[in-house]
Amino acid sequence: MRTSATITRPPTPVAIRMRRLVSLALVHAVLIGGAVFMLLPFVFMLTSAIKPPGEIFEATFRLWPRQFYGWQNFESALSTAPLLRFLLNGLIVCGGILVVQLLVAIPCAYALAKLKFPGRPILFSLVLLGLCIPVQAPSLPLYIAFAELGILNTYLSMMMPFFLSVFAIFLFRQFFKSYPDEIIQAARLDGVGEFEIVWRIVVPSAWPAIAAFSIFSVVAHWNDLYWPLIVVSDTKLATPPLGMMYFADSELGSNYGALAAGATIITAPLVIAFLIARRHFIAGITMTGIK
Amino acid sequence: MAGLTLRGIRKTFGDTAVLNDIDLDIADGEFLTLVGPSGCGKSTLLRIIAGLESQDSGSVSIGGTSVDHLRPHERRIAMVFQNYALYPHMSVFDNIALPLTMTRLNLFERLPLMRHLSLRRRRIMNEIAREVRAVAEQLRIESFFHRRPGQLSGGQRQRVALGRAMVRHPQAFLMDEPLSNLDAKLRVHMRGELTELHARLGATMIYVTHDQIEAMTMSDRLAVMDHGDILQLGTPADVYERPATTAVAQFIGSPAINLFQARVGPGGQVELLGRTLPIEVRNAPTPELTVGVRPEAMRIGGGPCAVTCRFRRRENLGSECILHFDLVASPEVAVLCRVDNGIPIPEGEVPLAFEPRDCHVFDNNGRRIEVESRNAAGRDLRRASEVR
Ligand SMILES: Nc1ncnc2c1ncn2[C@@H]1O[C@H](COP(=O)(O)OP(=O)(O)OP(=O)(O)O)[C@@H](O)[C@H]1O
Ligand SMILES: [Mg+2]
Repeated sequence: MRTSATITRPPTPVAIRMRRLVSLALVHAVLIGGAVFMLLPFVFMLTSAIKPPGEIFEATFRLWPRQFYGWQNFESALSTAPLLRFLLNGLIVCGGILVVQLLVAIPCAYALAKLKFPGRPILFSLVLLGLCIPVQAPSLPLYIAFAELGILNTYLSMMMPFFLSVFAIFLFRQFFKSYPDEIIQAARLDGVGEFEIVWRIVVPSAWPAIAAFSIFSVVAHWNDLYWPLIVVSDTKLATPPLGMMYFADSELGSNYGALAAGATIITAPLVIAFLIARRHFIAGITMTGIK
Repeated sequence: MAGLTLRGIRKTFGDTAVLNDIDLDIADGEFLTLVGPSGCGKSTLLRIIAGLESQDSGSVSIGGTSVDHLRPHERRIAMVFQNYALYPHMSVFDNIALPLTMTRLNLFERLPLMRHLSLRRRRIMNEIAREVRAVAEQLRIESFFHRRPGQLSGGQRQRVALGRAMVRHPQAFLMDEPLSNLDAKLRVHMRGELTELHARLGATMIYVTHDQIEAMTMSDRLAVMDHGDILQLGTPADVYERPATTAVAQFIGSPAINLFQARVGPGGQVELLGRTLPIEVRNAPTPELTVGVRPEAMRIGGGPCAVTCRFRRRENLGSECILHFDLVASPEVAVLCRVDNGIPIPEGEVPLAFEPRDCHVFDNNGRRIEVESRNAAGRDLRRASEVR
């Protein structure tokens, strides 16, 4: 026992643990640095939201204000701008977009991934092509069409251009592609029709991908300023960023504390939703191989 | 239950012909096994029978009526897949019940939420539950009704897949290597269960396997396939004792048959490595022949039929062993001999003998040629095989 220990002398457990600790610390230092850099604007927003106007532009940055002014800021934000109305609008628009996107994209993606029909490669190339077109490109014809139809200044006009998401079709197609053919064939033998195969058999296994896409979609449309700005002029219909923009211009313009409080309110739902969906989201990203 | 008939089934994928003109008649209640090397088209044939893939030409009939225009579930055929293909997000009960709920409930009754409005649904679901339970009892899977497939062992999943097939009372069962994912012991056990199940249900079964023992022990008839053709169709004993081609001879039997180059002498007698064997062939198309002798028919010792070999090594199988030799006349030819473990291990060059009746003779295209033995024993055997 003793002799073998003195001859080979493997690294002691303590040394191994120390080495691991040091490398872990290094990695975490780098990651924490990145996180701080990314989070700083949010921290600035959060602290500004609870600072009195005089303290916001002080030369020295403090995390916690000398005078807690949060109530006043939130109160003036909520009373000047109809923030809750904006949140509701955001919810309606994002929810409507997401539901229709899923209803349309999932069957399309299934057909592209698992059904054989003439023209499938061409359709898939069109999907890929669609990925390359920025939303700004068709905005003028869309605006004109909506004006002709008389649906400007409606929820529908804010949602309609996004109902068909090529990104969703692409993402779900990649996901469905790896779904075992045998299970689908077994379902066909059991008398399950193609639509029910999609919704009963395949979709329950696709929750990670659906969660991932939902986050992408909701974040994009919650924060979208461009399209609502074009089709909506009625403040009652404004989505959160558009509403904030109106009020940053007019009433709340110089009250930065209240602005920060408003910004906090409109970002909160997203952050909370992400925290809830986080597990699915990360699983979905790794499973589809998109990262 | 019903018999199945395939006529002139052809299938190509792109440029590769996968099935060439397959004709097959499967009797009602028969257990037919398809064997053949990987990629020879067995699974494709099953999928065509099930309607999951469409044939390029030819037709499939079940119980005498053509089903070519029917969709998979309308053919009333059940299939058990190699990897079971259970629905991963459903419980065992739901997996087995699905074929019944799909056919007996209407769309409205299958919708989430809506379905609670239907009174008829409850009655039908009770009926379905009873049938599922009856099947589960036969397979002894009731104890994990509420688990998901992911929480089951391979053998349990296998039984659930069987249950899902049985609950529909299909006209025929198609099984694509259903036991290949199981460990050896469980495979032996499930082999017995499947044979019993077949006897109990009296069902028509088409069974694909790579496993020699499964093929030999379970089937009423055996179809040996290669490159999209059925090389031979017959009872397991028939295929083993009278292989139609060298490919069949090599495929059936383990270890594989020994093949030797031989020639036809002027009188029709077979000459093997300079020795004239006491067997004759008539109307051989070419002078070149192949003589096959199974390892289990060879023994160490001299005789009228013998080849001289050099011993290389021994493989112990427990009660038996396989002796590996090289042919002295052409050392690249390996000769295998399966003998009882008790016999002494030979050294150097030894003669290996076999009986004339154990010789399988093939022409240079690999087709079987019937032999005639010169000695009385061989002739007797020949007659016996004709009677059968
Ligand atoms: N969908 C397909 N597209 C193109 N080729 C295919 C397709 N399905 C099967 N093949 C080809 O057809 C041939 C036969 O395949 P099949 O699956 O029937 O073989 P198999 O006999 O079942 O083999 P194994 O014993 O390995 O399961 C193979 O060469 C395979 O590559
Ligand atoms: Mg196969």
